[in-house]
Amino acid sequence: MKLYCLSSHPSKPCHVLRFKGITIMLDCGLSAQTVLSFLPLPLVPSARLSGLPNWMPRDCNNSQLEGELKDCCGRVFIDSAPEFCVPQEKIVDFSEIDVILISNYLCMMALPFITEGTGFEGVVYATEPTLHIGRFFLEELVQYIEQTPKASLASHWKDILHFLPPPLCDSLKPRSWRHLYSLSSVNSSLSRIQMVGYDEKLDVYGALKVTPISSGFCLGSSNWIISSDHEKVAYISGSSTLTTHPRPMDQSALKNADVLIMTGLTQTPLCNPDSMLGELCITVSTTLRAGGCVLMPCYPSGVIYDLFECLSQHLENLGLTQVPMYFISPVADTSLGYSNILAEWLSQGKQSKVYLPEEPFPHAFLIKNGRLKHYKNIYAEGFSTEYRQPCVVFCGHPSLRFGDSVHFMELWGSNPQHAVVFTEPDFPYLEALAPFQPLAMKAMHCPIDTSLNFTQGNKLVRDLKPTTLVIPESYLKPPVEAPNRTDLTIEQTDRNIISFKGGDVLTLPLKRKRAKVNLSPDVCNKLVVSEVRLGVNLATLTGQLHVKDNHHSIQVLDQTVTGSNSATRKLPRRPEETLSQMRYEWGSLDLDTFIQRLREDEGISDAKVEQSSSGYIIHLPKEDALIQVEDKSTHMYCDPQLRHRLRKVLLQCLNKI
Amino acid sequence: MPEIKIIPLGAGQDVGRSCILLNIGGKKIMLDCGMHMGYQDERRFPDFSYITPEGPVTGYIDAIIISHFHLDHCGALPYLTEMVGYNGPIYMTHPTKAIAPILLEDMRKVSVERKGESNFFTSQMIKDCMKKVIAVTLHQSVMVDNELEIKAYYAGHVLGAAMFWIRVGNQSVVYTGDYNMTPDRHLGAAWIDKCRPDVLITESTYATTIRDSKRCRERDFLKKVHECVERGGKVLIPVFALGRAQELCILLETYWERMNLKVPIYFAVGLTEKANNYYKMFITWTNQKIRKTFVQRNMFDFKHIKPFDKGYIDNPGAMVVFATPGMLHAGLSLQIFKKWAPNENNMVIMPGFCVQGTVGHKILNGSKKVEMENRQFVEVKMSVQYMSFSAHADAKGIMQLIQYCEPRNVLLVHGEAAKMEFLKEKIKQEFKIDCFMPANGETCVIQTPHKIPIDVSLPLLKAESVKYNAQPPDPKRPRIIHGVLVMKDKSTCLMDVDEACKEADISRHMVRFTSTVRLEDFGPAARTTDKLLLLVQEKLKGWNVLYQEGNISIESVLVKVEGADDETKTVYISWTNQDEELGSFILELIQTMGH
Repeated sequence: MKLYCLSSHPSKPCHVLRFKGITIMLDCGLSAQTVLSFLPLPLVPSARLSGLPNWMPRDCNNSQLEGELKDCCGRVFIDSAPEFCVPQEKIVDFSEIDVILISNYLCMMALPFITEGTGFEGVVYATEPTLHIGRFFLEELVQYIEQTPKASLASHWKDILHFLPPPLCDSLKPRSWRHLYSLSSVNSSLSRIQMVGYDEKLDVYGALKVTPISSGFCLGSSNWIISSDHEKVAYISGSSTLTTHPRPMDQSALKNADVLIMTGLTQTPLCNPDSMLGELCITVSTTLRAGGCVLMPCYPSGVIYDLFECLSQHLENLGLTQVPMYFISPVADTSLGYSNILAEWLSQGKQSKVYLPEEPFPHAFLIKNGRLKHYKNIYAEGFSTEYRQPCVVFCGHPSLRFGDSVHFMELWGSNPQHAVVFTEPDFPYLEALAPFQPLAMKAMHCPIDTSLNFTQGNKLVRDLKPTTLVIPESYLKPPVEAPNRTDLTIEQTDRNIISFKGGDVLTLPLKRKRAKVNLSPDVCNKLVVSEVRLGVNLATLTGQLHVKDNHHSIQVLDQTVTGSNSATRKLPRRPEETLSQMRYEWGSLDLDTFIQRLREDEGISDAKVEQSSSGYIIHLPKEDALIQVEDKSTHMYCDPQLRHRLRKVLLQCLNKI
Repeated sequence: MPEIKIIPLGAGQDVGRSCILLNIGGKKIMLDCGMHMGYQDERRFPDFSYITPEGPVTGYIDAIIISHFHLDHCGALPYLTEMVGYNGPIYMTHPTKAIAPILLEDMRKVSVERKGESNFFTSQMIKDCMKKVIAVTLHQSVMVDNELEIKAYYAGHVLGAAMFWIRVGNQSVVYTGDYNMTPDRHLGAAWIDKCRPDVLITESTYATTIRDSKRCRERDFLKKVHECVERGGKVLIPVFALGRAQELCILLETYWERMNLKVPIYFAVGLTEKANNYYKMFITWTNQKIRKTFVQRNMFDFKHIKPFDKGYIDNPGAMVVFATPGMLHAGLSLQIFKKWAPNENNMVIMPGFCVQGTVGHKILNGSKKVEMENRQFVEVKMSVQYMSFSAHADAKGIMQLIQYCEPRNVLLVHGEAAKMEFLKEKIKQEFKIDCFMPANGETCVIQTPHKIPIDVSLPLLKAESVKYNAQPPDPKRPRIIHGVLVMKDKSTCLMDVDEACKEADISRHMVRFTSTVRLEDFGPAARTTDKLLLLVQEKLKGWNVLYQEGNISIESVLVKVEGADDETKTVYISWTNQDEELGSFILELIQTMGH
């Protein structure tokens, strides 16, 4: 079994597993951190951004580089359409992939890169929420980039990487970065997805079974069990044991795997999501009370639903019910719509509401009474008339490089009354803020990453007891910002741990020993069973093997097909024709019985026994024969006529199976 | 031979009161637990004393599966669980779990409060019953216990309707409940994969009907309604609160919009809004078109359809009224019917099947005078129309489903005996499989093939595959597997003889024979060997004859020539007992050569 690691980002995983001749891709996460190196794409032309000075390396006079790089407060940015770091393409031929398993909508943003224009012909499995929510995540991203096209695209900076200041010069393989896909390739890519339900056993060419199980991380998020007849591989992607809105995580199904691949642990191990939520509520209410507005850069689904719920409750408790909350995204209506129809994928509490029938999320009520308003974008009808301050704005993109969040940063950045609160853990917030410097507005970092933390991860591994644990290399080292916190790593006890980094190809220690077949009762009835020891029975079996869709069955051998010619010709039967009569001798020869039998049955009474170094030698002087008897073998030297008689006696004295 | 036992307690050559006992691999499962709408006495519930004459049935039933929320499939559930006694698991889909208690409560009110029946379950019992329900999602494989596995498939009959695949060991059954093979205005078509069950238990409501295209029926329906309201008549459409009602509402709503009609349409059921809310929240269970557009426009927000008030019954002028229940056996629909029936201008459209004993069934059979429960007679002068809108599979659909899932046997339920008989013959003829149609209380025993799962050691399997693939392709050539079956500690594994001996902790005893033949052949021994090699190769064409280190070897047979150039040669022929036939053949061959 081989594992190819195509992603360097543990929370945006992309692996390829080869097992039993089947090639399975596990997730196709897109690392979007590369967009932080690019200048923001404002919706409204920004004098500040367009007025930023060009930057040129000191000893370089490449005229083509002119205008590609801009300087903002000492940081250099690329002035071009943003590019993304896609899963490595050189290690695996995407056209050979049979199946792609998608764990959750945050781990599928690279899907069009894998399936479109690569010769990919396989099938993609994802749960219904993953498909629907994934669709509007992809659509939102495409719309953000396409609504602010760039006249010229920068590429020459990649040639002079070593001349650039950090962090640009540390960019990982920028030549492999790609521009985003189009809406049509999103649609064609998503049309390959086959929707699956939790605990659905999916057959992969009869060779493997794959099953998605609830991972508790977000709506429709799953972990996967990949199993053959006797082997089990468990794959853990984004998972959570916290009580939020999704269905709880199913841990028991992951138990006792031969191999457990674990990714998607928290990206912010130093922050506790619960206390972050508390801080966030306080920051928001203090800012609002002081007359300021709050910007919450976010994705269009996920923690945002919990934020609507908690924040509205908090504001209500403080009597701030008149403060409007705006949810601005090209897919806001879709997101809110879907959140109400996916009851089967929700926590018990939310689920039981639809039995009343009431909407499972309180935001449906917030919309009805006008506290939460949603718009496609800032130009959308009604927004400018409805808009009033102070307010809370939820909008994308959390990187602050495109989408409506750029507009609000430009609008509010110079006012110290306002605040921006980062909740999504995907982007380092100081990096995200860099092109907006100098900044007067308050910036708060309250990452709410509900993924498993290291304590929970270690406990999980202890409970699941995998034979081999496969994890990203980074999980074995404490976080860079807290090098002494060895508790923020995965424990290396006596367990077999294999670690990987992007680009690695691992051979996993999983040796298949047995396969399952169906035996037909007719074959079974013909078996001659001998008990060789108490409770151990053996029987020689010959049958016809049928293989259909990788499923094996053994049926009675059709003797008319074989063995037909042996009767007419005086030739020995071919090996396959004699197999059904084949018996095997075992155990050792009892010398006394043998000699007694020789005398009684065949009248051979002159046997002389002589001890040899490894057994006995029996001489039959009259017959001129010699029999070498050892513990595990008997060798007869004799003339052909005598041989038949001796053979008969010998075989009677030996055990057979 | 292993067998599967099936006993219908209801729905055996009958429609209504669906309840089928399934005994598979030692597990006892109840499929649906419905009530009969046509009876007011003890016949309305299935005869549970069949399971055990007295006391709770918990120990006798391992699981109950409910296919959908119609009362003829779940109406007796609270009676069974709370009054007879059952504490085991009950499975149904999420929408069924949400909607069934509402219909049960509705029916309870009609029966107890309006008809004054006693010995009926209470509201609390419905609640307690629903607490025992485990909701399942489509395609989820649910392990009821270590051996019993169930899985739901989309059935399309009403919101949340499901077919269930049930497996114990190697045996499996599919129970369809009610299903529909053609998508309609709000639901998709039933779907199942090639799961090859031993038995397919299918409904057969429309066993002999091949319905014309849906579009024609819809046009027909709209024409009749339009004609009636144009002449000032009132149209009564008895429906169940959820299901067909929503489809017909969508149909009329769009027609009214298109034709710009002003005649009022009323939906006379307290649940209207609530019912439509269920459709909004379980929109993932509707058809693709509705699912795709739900964000922009929810199909279940009706503009032209207003709630009905009882006072409107006597209003003059045309109107269209949807009223529950669907079979005119009680409640508002029956009340309206009584008022409107004597007027020939009016019309009643029965959009679904009516069970025997109901007013609906009577008027569909042409009764012009119908007796009500209080010995009153109602004259039926209004036009009575039947429109087969109820979403059951027709004969074509049933055949299609059989084709999809490839069962070994088919068992028909939920239909009329005569029609079943016809379909049964058709199935036998077309698919060459057995078909059964037990009556209520009749046990049907179906034999299933024996399958014995064993393990095979991978090296043995791989060696066979390497050998087979090395030969030129020939689809007729049998693939032969040979080894020793080791049965030890509950595991049974086929392996190569040496591996088997190791596994069983015994040692093989190799028996070898060596005979000598003297050959009067002068010259170097190697030349004699060459001669023998040629001889053997000529005689044994197609065998793997090897020449190695001066010896000839074929399988385990070794031929060795000794002797100086000018001497008679001694030929040693040696083989193992397993190659006795080959060994003695070669020995004879060389012997004859010497003579």
